Amino acid sequence: MGVEITKILKKSQAALLERWMKNQLADMGLREDLMSNEDLRAESEELINALVKSLNEKNLSEPGSSDFDHVIEILGGISISRARQGFSPRETGLSIISLKEALIELLQESVTDPKELVDISLKLHRLMDSFVITTFETFIKGREEVILRQTDEISEISTPVIRVWEGILALPIIGTLDSARTQVVMESLLTEIVESGSSVAILDISGVPTVDSLVAQHLLKTVSATRLMGAECIISGIRPEIAQTIVHLGIDLSEIVTKATLASALLYAFKTLRLEVRKPAVKTSF
Amino acid sequence: MDRIPILRMGPFLLVTIQVDLYDRLALDLEADLVKMVSKTGAQGILIDISAVSIVDSFMGRIIGNIGVMAKLLDAETVVVGMQPAVAITLVELGLPLKGVFTALNVERGMDLLKSKIQLFEQDETDPENDSDDHITE
Repeated sequence: MGVEITKILKKSQAALLERWMKNQLADMGLREDLMSNEDLRAESEELINALVKSLNEKNLSEPGSSDFDHVIEILGGISISRARQGFSPRETGLSIISLKEALIELLQESVTDPKELVDISLKLHRLMDSFVITTFETFIKGREEVILRQTDEISEISTPVIRVWEGILALPIIGTLDSARTQVVMESLLTEIVESGSSVAILDISGVPTVDSLVAQHLLKTVSATRLMGAECIISGIRPEIAQTIVHLGIDLSEIVTKATLASALLYAFKTLRLEVRKPAVKTSF
Repeated sequence: MDRIPILRMGPFLLVTIQVDLYDRLALDLEADLVKMVSKTGAQGILIDISAVSIVDSFMGRIIGNIGVMAKLLDAETVVVGMQPAVAITLVELGLPLKGVFTALNVERGMDLLKSKIQLFEQDETDPENDSDDHITE
């Protein structure tokens, strides 16, 4: 009986692929905009080849067998690539489940004895179900990777250190300031201070949605570290709501120079560096 | 035994720490500096820690202490050239070195010290003469 299934599969491998393709194409969820028919066929063929090659009577009832490593690898590849292409979990899962249906249909036609059919279908079900679960797991993993990468990107792009003037650095902070962000902000700011030899740093917090005691503490730390480096740190972009919160929370920012806008912070920085910005005298050309 | 040299330059004392400070060395430096300030009547101390890559809470406290002690002896302390990692460590340790001034490099540290001295001695006729006195002392 066990020999039978491998035989059936080997014999009708092409038919299986056709059936599966038909099932997948009939599926409402198929997204031709995300993936072409040819790609789908190539992928399906690879998976069926690997499955037929590794399936035998013994490992049919052991989904965890190492014989299926290659199949699982291919499944993982498929689901990760689909996660990146933007398929929904339902679409990805259904396409693997439709392979199971194709397999069962094939068996129904080839196996005549009902008892045998039930027996073999059950085993096949179990095996395919475990494959589907693996697919889902990898799909979620793929999505998580995407999310992690985006988180990294966000924290990187949101902490640029800008040289606004000779000796003046500005650092606009956008988004919530947590411990990890503070570390990144502090490091990039201090490194830039050393590299550019700046003596004034402006920390603009207009992009920080809320300031609680923890965020304030992080700000104070950054200011202290800047001072230790021998530069002065100004905090700018304090919105009225934030000023209210700071006072209500009883946070003491009196040791820090704070300004309402980046412009006034810049003006203060110019004064510290004894610079002056002036309009040139109007030329009288006539 | 290792000692960190203290150089005299006009009314200022210069200390460059070129090795990683261990506790004994730091304590010696503290004692030497205070003695030196009282002996020479120096008005400013410049400590260059650009070569220091590791600090602990003890080191941080010693530097802070030097600042406070010098202040008691009427001298200003400027710490220059602190590395970013060292600054972050000190802040995380809760040692913001309140008693000392800081500057990015030796040049700016010197400027800062000079401006501080001038600030305190505005009523005196010429601060340069004052420094010459110390050298010939």
